[in-house]
Amino acid sequence: MARYAREVAVVAFAQSDHLRRTDELSEVEMVMPVLHQVLAATGLKAGEIGFTCSGSSDYLAGRAFSFTMTLDGVGAWPPISESHVEMDGAWALYEAWVKIQTGEADTALVYAYGKSSPGSVRDVLTRQLDPYYLAPLWPDSVALAALQAQALIDAGETDERALAAIGARSRAAAEANPHAQLRGAVPQGDYQVRPLRTWDCPPIGDGVAAVILAAGDLARQLCERPAWITGIDHRIEAHGLGLRDLTDSPSTRIAAEHAGVFEAPVDTAELHAPFSSQEVVLRKALGLGDGDGVAVNPSGGALAANPVMAAGLIRIGEAAARIHRGESDRAVAHATSGPCLQQNLVAVLEGDRA
Amino acid sequence: MTAASPPEVLRAPLIVEFPFTRSLGPVQSAFLTGLREGVVLGVKTSGGKVVVPPVEYDPVTAEEVRELVEVAATGTVTTWAWNGRPRPHQPLDTPFAWVLVKFDGADTALLHALDVPGPEAVRTGMRVRVRWAADRTGAITDIACFEPYEGPAGAEAVPHDGVFADAVTGIVAEARLDYVYSPGRAQTAYINALSERRTVGERCPSCHKVYVPPRGACPTCGVATTDQVEVGPAGTVTTYCIVNIKARNLDIEVPYVYAHIALDGAGLALHGRIGGIPYDQVRMGLRVEPVWTEGGRHPDHYRPTGEPDADYDAYKELI
Repeated sequence: MARYAREVAVVAFAQSDHLRRTDELSEVEMVMPVLHQVLAATGLKAGEIGFTCSGSSDYLAGRAFSFTMTLDGVGAWPPISESHVEMDGAWALYEAWVKIQTGEADTALVYAYGKSSPGSVRDVLTRQLDPYYLAPLWPDSVALAALQAQALIDAGETDERALAAIGARSRAAAEANPHAQLRGAVPQGDYQVRPLRTWDCPPIGDGVAAVILAAGDLARQLCERPAWITGIDHRIEAHGLGLRDLTDSPSTRIAAEHAGVFEAPVDTAELHAPFSSQEVVLRKALGLGDGDGVAVNPSGGALAANPVMAAGLIRIGEAAARIHRGESDRAVAHATSGPCLQQNLVAVLEGDRA
Repeated sequence: MTAASPPEVLRAPLIVEFPFTRSLGPVQSAFLTGLREGVVLGVKTSGGKVVVPPVEYDPVTAEEVRELVEVAATGTVTTWAWNGRPRPHQPLDTPFAWVLVKFDGADTALLHALDVPGPEAVRTGMRVRVRWAADRTGAITDIACFEPYEGPAGAEAVPHDGVFADAVTGIVAEARLDYVYSPGRAQTAYINALSERRTVGERCPSCHKVYVPPRGACPTCGVATTDQVEVGPAGTVTTYCIVNIKARNLDIEVPYVYAHIALDGAGLALHGRIGGIPYDQVRMGLRVEPVWTEGGRHPDHYRPTGEPDADYDAYKELI
């Protein structure tokens, strides 16, 4: 616990059902029930939260400053202390964690949402690429992941059969997750961009996640078994895909080192790997082998539900929820952003031992 | 007050287009001008690594990188992915391979398309060369794609001064994204009512304020607003401004008045144009009513009702 100035824990987590379309709901209508759920879990009222931070993307919504609409669901009047990241909500959680570390807040509400259904998310995500050399070619998110997958196959680190097994294991695990979008035996499907088939790719969907953070004794009051964030760090790699070794994720490894992942064994790993091939990369970076007793993506992971901008926060939330339920003592949660695992956040969550 | 009816979702196409004009630094300018001239340039880092496409700062050391070199227009595929169904705007409209290509003389790879008939014609390590676009402007798309190449490996990178006549100094990054926009339950109900020339708001079950237009949530209480309330049609001008700048594509003579109007029964003001009265006679407290035009989907403007002005105390909370 001496790593940081204050003890901070995830004390509550809630998420929506993740669905292919939610046409009948505006963004605030989609977000609000999840905010109510996560607040109800702690008994806190919106006005009692010290800091609020959200993650989302205007490019998904097709509208500037789209996140301001969801503030109606937070209760932003009278004025609250609020911020937003144009990234996955895992980075909003990082900002909130920093805010609590500085002593400026004791509690934080972090939420994230993504509504991919109005547009074509594969094409929309091309707009986050370098505008000089990459974006004019419109290489979509599946194509870039497929380049990474072929690099792994060429390096002998996986093959199509092993990738298929990752998809199958994830969706089988998701059978127990009522919020997941894809569950059970999902057809292998055709090649989307070879070597990736449909089941190597995440479902496209709409969804919301929210967590509440609290510091020290307040966390103990709000939650029977808080999920203490004993380490958290995030790192980024070069933008140019040709400058990186796509078979490795040094940013994940460095973030994990700084978060203290390797200082003791973990029993749970929630990895934000939207493509099956990316789980191979992340397992290597985090030193997670097969059959070493670590539950990897027991929620089903991003292959079962990948609401863009919320899927990383869900990894932290799912890991925390396992600690809340007593199913985990030390978990690692990972979130990614950008093409081919360009940016990576790693958190270690621990429960008090009995 | 009526309970909200089940939503009949409205949908409309939403097109977002943006032509960003971007400046090029000295290195990117040389690289893209070079492509226009059929020359592939890279930069050499202080560690001796040749980076193509070139960067201006070393991604490892952050040192400024300015030493330009020319590499061959031939290279080797370092990884690939078969794109059986090309998407809009991509380099080729027939099935192709995405490839990362390390040019002969370079140490890093560039992403582009490879024109081959099928996935069996691609492998990591295969030799390729640039197929230049017919019309070149100084953009990454001046490389139309790569094509298979059986010839020998090109030479080492050689120094290049990066100087060309009429250098390209910027690009226009065009983009278009297509969406289908749905406004959600609350705003659908509002828009549907407008089509019947009615204005409906929603009441917060907690603080009882009536929001017009409703967005489905009370920002004060953070709860859903579900009870529909018809408001207006008349209202009170709570504040206004006089517009003296003519907007493009808007057929309204200036000056005109743009006002906040608290419709009777509404808990906050919405905005609209005031007509039917000289602009310099509009005042706070003026009572107005909507004027609909044939086929209009919302009030065209508001005009005086002829009633006496509202008392300041009646609307001061809504300003």
